[in-house]
Amino acid sequence: MNPPTYEIIIGLEVHVQLATRTKLFCRCSTQFGASPNTQTCPVCTGSPGALPVMNRYAFQLALQTAIALNCEIPRFTKWDRKQYYYPDLPKGYQISQFDLPMSEHGWLEISDPEGAFPTKRVGITRAHLEEDAGKSMHDEAAGKADSRIDLNRTGTPLLEIVSEPDMRSPLEAKAYLTELRLLLTYLQVSDCNMQEGSLRVDANINLGIPTDDGEIRTPIVEVKNMNSFRAVERALDYEAERQYQVWQETGHRIGDVPKQTRGWDDQLQVTKGQRSKEESSDYRYFPDPDLIPVTVSEEQIDEVVKKQPELPAALRERLQANYKLSHYDADVMVNQGRSLVDYFIEVADRSQDAKRATNWVQQDVMRTLNETGIGIDEFPINAERLAELVLAIKNGELDSSRSRDVFQFMMDEKPDLQAALKALGIEKVDDSVLVDLCRTLLAANPKVVADVQAGKQQAIGALIGQAKKQNPNVNPGQVREICLQLIQEMPS
Amino acid sequence: MSITQLSALELRDHIADGKLTSEAATQAYLDRIEACDSEVKSYIEVDADDALQQAREVDQRLASGESVGCLGGVPIAIKDLLCTRGQVTTCASRMLQEYRPPYNATVVEKVKAAGGVLLGKTNLDEFAMGGSTENSAIQLTRNPWDLSRVPGGSSGGAAACVAGGMAPLSIGTDTGGSIRQPAAFCGVVGLKPTYGRVSRYGLVAFASSLDQIGPLAWSVPDAALLLEAIAGHDPQDSTSATKPVPLYSETVDQPLKGMKLGYPREHFEAGLNPEVAEKVQAAMDVYRSLGASITEISLPHSKYAIAAYYIIAPSEASSNLARYDGAHYGYRTDEKQLLRELKEEREALEAAGKYDAVNDLDSPLIRMYRKSRAEGFGSEVKRRIMIGTYALSSGYYDAYYLKALKVRRLIRSDFDQVFENVDFVIGPVTPDVAFPIGAMTDDPLSLYLQDLYTVGSNLAGITSISVPCGATASGLPVGLQLQAPAFEEERLLRAANMFQVETDWHTRRPTLG
Repeated sequence: MNPPTYEIIIGLEVHVQLATRTKLFCRCSTQFGASPNTQTCPVCTGSPGALPVMNRYAFQLALQTAIALNCEIPRFTKWDRKQYYYPDLPKGYQISQFDLPMSEHGWLEISDPEGAFPTKRVGITRAHLEEDAGKSMHDEAAGKADSRIDLNRTGTPLLEIVSEPDMRSPLEAKAYLTELRLLLTYLQVSDCNMQEGSLRVDANINLGIPTDDGEIRTPIVEVKNMNSFRAVERALDYEAERQYQVWQETGHRIGDVPKQTRGWDDQLQVTKGQRSKEESSDYRYFPDPDLIPVTVSEEQIDEVVKKQPELPAALRERLQANYKLSHYDADVMVNQGRSLVDYFIEVADRSQDAKRATNWVQQDVMRTLNETGIGIDEFPINAERLAELVLAIKNGELDSSRSRDVFQFMMDEKPDLQAALKALGIEKVDDSVLVDLCRTLLAANPKVVADVQAGKQQAIGALIGQAKKQNPNVNPGQVREICLQLIQEMPS
Repeated sequence: MSITQLSALELRDHIADGKLTSEAATQAYLDRIEACDSEVKSYIEVDADDALQQAREVDQRLASGESVGCLGGVPIAIKDLLCTRGQVTTCASRMLQEYRPPYNATVVEKVKAAGGVLLGKTNLDEFAMGGSTENSAIQLTRNPWDLSRVPGGSSGGAAACVAGGMAPLSIGTDTGGSIRQPAAFCGVVGLKPTYGRVSRYGLVAFASSLDQIGPLAWSVPDAALLLEAIAGHDPQDSTSATKPVPLYSETVDQPLKGMKLGYPREHFEAGLNPEVAEKVQAAMDVYRSLGASITEISLPHSKYAIAAYYIIAPSEASSNLARYDGAHYGYRTDEKQLLRELKEEREALEAAGKYDAVNDLDSPLIRMYRKSRAEGFGSEVKRRIMIGTYALSSGYYDAYYLKALKVRRLIRSDFDQVFENVDFVIGPVTPDVAFPIGAMTDDPLSLYLQDLYTVGSNLAGITSISVPCGATASGLPVGLQLQAPAFEEERLLRAANMFQVETDWHTRRPTLG
């Protein structure tokens, strides 16, 4: 059988908790991890008579994000009630945005550093603000089927970012998520912690299958319950394959069956059908009469644009253009976050040696960060110190063969180059001392001299080892150069 | 004159002058309630000890020379739709019969801050849905003028307690006429402020875009005093206005000159009780005698007001009342019985071999919602939840809710146009006087038509007042309505007071006890 030929069509819905101190419509804390129901008030618990008041800072963060996603910002936006019953939704409705979202029609560019897919723009249908629901905890273990509700999360500001179905592979979906998370991190609008639920992903996927009668589309499936980007990629891989098989068995096309929701089972690595909503939900959206519409002025938008930090895409370009990093290296660096990039830039600028700075930061610094699990802010060798080390190598004051020892000393003992050099007994060897040493070595090794004279230059290598043994500070290159010079000067 | 016959302003001044203590005033009202409310049943809850304690605190502050605010020591009744911390707030519903809110409504805080003494919580139609207070799940309130008749509603308890001399001041809420109509039925003054004039924070929502809190009292100056205490911006209510609050009680006795009044021909058409029409005409003559010009005007879209109102209000109500689901607070059905029922239903279906139907059985959660709401709400509340749910459903939204919003805009522009030519709209409050208890129980539409002249103010967001302007041959009070543009309460109160200065309807009291 031929391998299946089909096109995968993916759109993603991402919910991001915004990094406000307080909730979207009341002043309760949004801190994660507090004891259940301790961060609540009459507003977020839906007490009779309580009224919401919009958190302006949350709107500001949403605006910043939407602008960074190249969205259009309508001058007028409003709040709507989305109505459904669930115990973690104490008002019986969620305050969200329906027909007039605060932003729409944006895009996010994704690329693969290894060129697995061509660089492309994924359309952003809309990004809107809404309040989070609480958490239900079902304790079925004890056989009591007891459910408990924690309303601490209720009312936390969520930005729902809906993409167009523009992704054509699970890898592209993962790239989109990675780029989106990076953008949000650079904007500092969310901590994007998937484990704590500050970033949640739902995917819509179906297939385009070419047939003799033209391309047909399979029914769209919504996949939920994916707790990492890796899980998203795997779930979508699995789901594409499953849909192809279902299509072969049933021939179902889009519209033939109701939209299905499936949950990813990370243990079994399969998607499972969730109890289909027999009656397709009617959320009965209508404008929330408790809140006034929000108007956004030109000045407000200009202000956000002015204060916008350099975003990952622009930063990547700058690293490639100004510091000659490869696309791949720039990607690796930018993915580490803004503070590491700033660290690198400082090292490169101070040392005026971007190449060496790149190597040091990408190899030694990043390896150490990975091994120790600390962030660049806590790294013992600051950028200024590392730049000194790079400069010493560049100026020939420090031989690269010993530079790692110096780095290690600076890491472990004291982040001071001079102290490290002194402690390790590293000093620049005087030229005359070096010439004397070479003369002595040549005199003691007539066979090497003869070999070199016979054309075997590599024989010098033996002398370099001996020279380093006698004086560890000698520069191997210089030893080679001087020895060859002296041999050449010998009468043959 | 007994204490309970004094006006609120007199009470306040007597207390301030040391002629009377707040404790004595409060005790006098508690005694009156004790004597008369077993007949009227205007109060759902009276906490005598707490009221006396509040009164003594005011007296102490006065004794130590502190200023105590504009309500200094005056007792006040609160409609049981406003949250009072730690005290029952039933909304006259089985759903919230045991509910004690964790906070005070802003208005309650304001009353306390102004030195008011909270006497108790008054009866209403369940969740303010109704026009007779017969929809209360707690008790039946009677009209003090005729105990066989309704006091009106939904603020029936609020109006009846003032009419019965059981509170000098009372706070009600008005969504479609719920202050003005019971005020008219009970022969007292009732003011519906402009939408946004008084904070709704802590007012249990019926229809959020229409609800307003307002005062009821015997006299216009007393109503002005209470409005002054409760009006103003509240950062906890996004829809509350930031406009400064005039000192209504200080200007209320200044007459207006060259007043232009307009009476809408639509408010004098078929359906209006001739006796009511006659009293309202007589009131208009009083204004003429005071130099006002009166012209006929038209509110061409007013005939659609009831229809629009009974789409918009239930739509919002269906959403506002979704929170009463038995999960977090309030009434919850008997869970053991619920599980037993489900088990029996499942077994019966299995025995009959109907396995598909077993899968369609409610989950215990869904059944808990269904039963709690079925048992916790009364029939009028259910009717409105169903109407609202229907109107907001996909496929019907445009035809009902959206259409109603368009009508609402037309009604608002009717008033805008009228107010270009006249200062106030004058007319009856209700088509008829207080009706006998039970008379409209099976006829919700007739009851809805009681709101014919009042809903326009709510839909347009303007302010209006109901002032007693006479009595029928059988002694039932008739109300006069004045409607004014948004945030014109100051002039509206002055105009209404001009009428009371010339007439004595507000000084007549029913006989109780």
